[in-house]
Amino acid sequence: MTTYETISNFSQMTGLLYFFGMFVAVLIYALWPRNKKKFDEASTIPLRED
Amino acid sequence: MTIARATPKLSFEEGGFLAFLGLLAILCFVVATKATDGPMAFHATLGVLASIAGFVLILRNNLAGFTAPPQIVDGKPNYNFGPIKFASIAAMFWGLAGFIVGLYIALELAFPLLNFDTAYINFGRLRPLHTSAVIFAFGGNVLLATSFYVVQRTCRARMPGSIAPWFVILGYNFFIVIAGTGYLLGVTQGKEYAEPEWYADLWLTIVWVAYLLLFLGTLWKRREPHIYVANWFYLAFIVTIAMLHIINNLAVPVSFFGTKSYEAFAGTQDAMVQWWYGHNAVGFFLTAGFLGIMYYFIPKRAERPVYSYRLSIIHFWSLIFLYIWAGPHHLHYTALPEWASTLGMTFSIMLWMPSWGGMINGLMTLSGAWDKLRTDPVLRIMVVSVAFYGMSTFEGPLMSIKQVNSLSHYTDWTIGHVHSGALGWVAYISFGALYCLIPWLWQRKLYSLKLVDWHFWISTIGIVFYISAMWVAGIMQGLMWRAYTPLGFLEYSFVETVQATHPYYIIRAIGGGLFLIGAIIMAINIYLTIRQGESEAHASAGLSLAPAE
Repeated sequence: MTTYETISNFSQMTGLLYFFGMFVAVLIYALWPRNKKKFDEASTIPLRED
Repeated sequence: MTIARATPKLSFEEGGFLAFLGLLAILCFVVATKATDGPMAFHATLGVLASIAGFVLILRNNLAGFTAPPQIVDGKPNYNFGPIKFASIAAMFWGLAGFIVGLYIALELAFPLLNFDTAYINFGRLRPLHTSAVIFAFGGNVLLATSFYVVQRTCRARMPGSIAPWFVILGYNFFIVIAGTGYLLGVTQGKEYAEPEWYADLWLTIVWVAYLLLFLGTLWKRREPHIYVANWFYLAFIVTIAMLHIINNLAVPVSFFGTKSYEAFAGTQDAMVQWWYGHNAVGFFLTAGFLGIMYYFIPKRAERPVYSYRLSIIHFWSLIFLYIWAGPHHLHYTALPEWASTLGMTFSIMLWMPSWGGMINGLMTLSGAWDKLRTDPVLRIMVVSVAFYGMSTFEGPLMSIKQVNSLSHYTDWTIGHVHSGALGWVAYISFGALYCLIPWLWQRKLYSLKLVDWHFWISTIGIVFYISAMWVAGIMQGLMWRAYTPLGFLEYSFVETVQATHPYYIIRAIGGGLFLIGAIIMAINIYLTIRQGESEAHASAGLSLAPAE
């Protein structure tokens, strides 16, 4: 394998894992049942007048 | 004149800005006297005048016994609205200027005679004037105004500083003046959407860092534990634009006393950096920032919380992680390596998902309240803007596919695509936000909803004229350019395709004219809204601070 191929394989694999991992982490954070109440409250922030 | 009162103490902020502006005035004076070209002498002189004006204003306010306003009045946050008022009026002003220049260059394309053989108003100089005026002057002031408003309201805290917010707003508009007058005088570094030369770029960097610090400072002071999603979008916009602006504008000036500079990158690398910047100006300036507007102003106007807060979180993170990679689709079939081109195309297609997720989130916020579209033209403008957002973010990924791009690139289809996003999405969400924001800031009722209705319909018809003319013209040009005779010769010369495009250029100019008429109606409506009830109208003048709500 040439250096180019080694580097490109490495960057493709780590890029794939990194992005997919981030996406899964965001999904878990956003959809975690215990966070629902917090997010429901947050969504009313603009509507609360002061 | 006697200064009888006790000498007021300078605050740290006042002292700092006085020292900074004083040094800047001296620096600009030195540059002005030693300038090697006319535009540099002119711009440095403007710099001297602006720094001295700022210096005098701060000193005068200090001598008048100005003290920092209270953070809280009657248990409510004492929001700082003065700079926001200035930015919202500046947005309206620059919007009109940008639309007029846009209409003029549309007419120049249809009737080239209109440049009257003068350098100052030829297409090459007026075109960056148009793009910068609408994107950075109009859009930028809308973003400054709304971001300062939204971050204060959703954090329930007054933003820090009393001079710094004015420095950001006035400093940004000073950058616009330098950039715009520079274009007319022929000063450009030739990078699309990054035309201003090195000294203007340095100035914008200073202003932008102050903007970032003010935004972060407000978040830091917040009395609301959760940072509302609109602020995430605004913050992503501010941080990313700082990064893009600095890297794309790395350059070496020929002389510190002249306007000309040379870029740090060369060849393909330069093209790639330029379009990494260029596409993310679309992604983070024209999308993320305006999505911040969508997530605050649509729920506020519809009086309903956003459809799904969970979706907004997924929307945010996937959008910012994907957008930054899409730039290479501007360089298909060039010296750029194939893999980079494919990478840009793939990420552009993936962007469909977060874009439409955001569109659905904006539109569905109205579920159960669709009847408001019939009675509230302001809400209608914002909802139509989200629909245009969905349409242009469908079209964009389609055009990033190499095979489609081979037809669409370098044709007017691109211009049509950009304007369906710029007029339909960016300008409409901005109009909607200003129609909400200005009555809130001045605490008045909007002068006339009927005029908003007229604005909406005239402009919308204008957009339809514009984008359909450009679609037809673009696909026609693409097909004519690739048509061969049976003997293998090109069937059409270039000038024949220009001739064939002429009618569509006229239709486009009519569309732009209608859009401008709509904006003039808006400006009249806004003016009458602010003028109503003279007694409170003086609060916005000069450096005086807005009273608490």
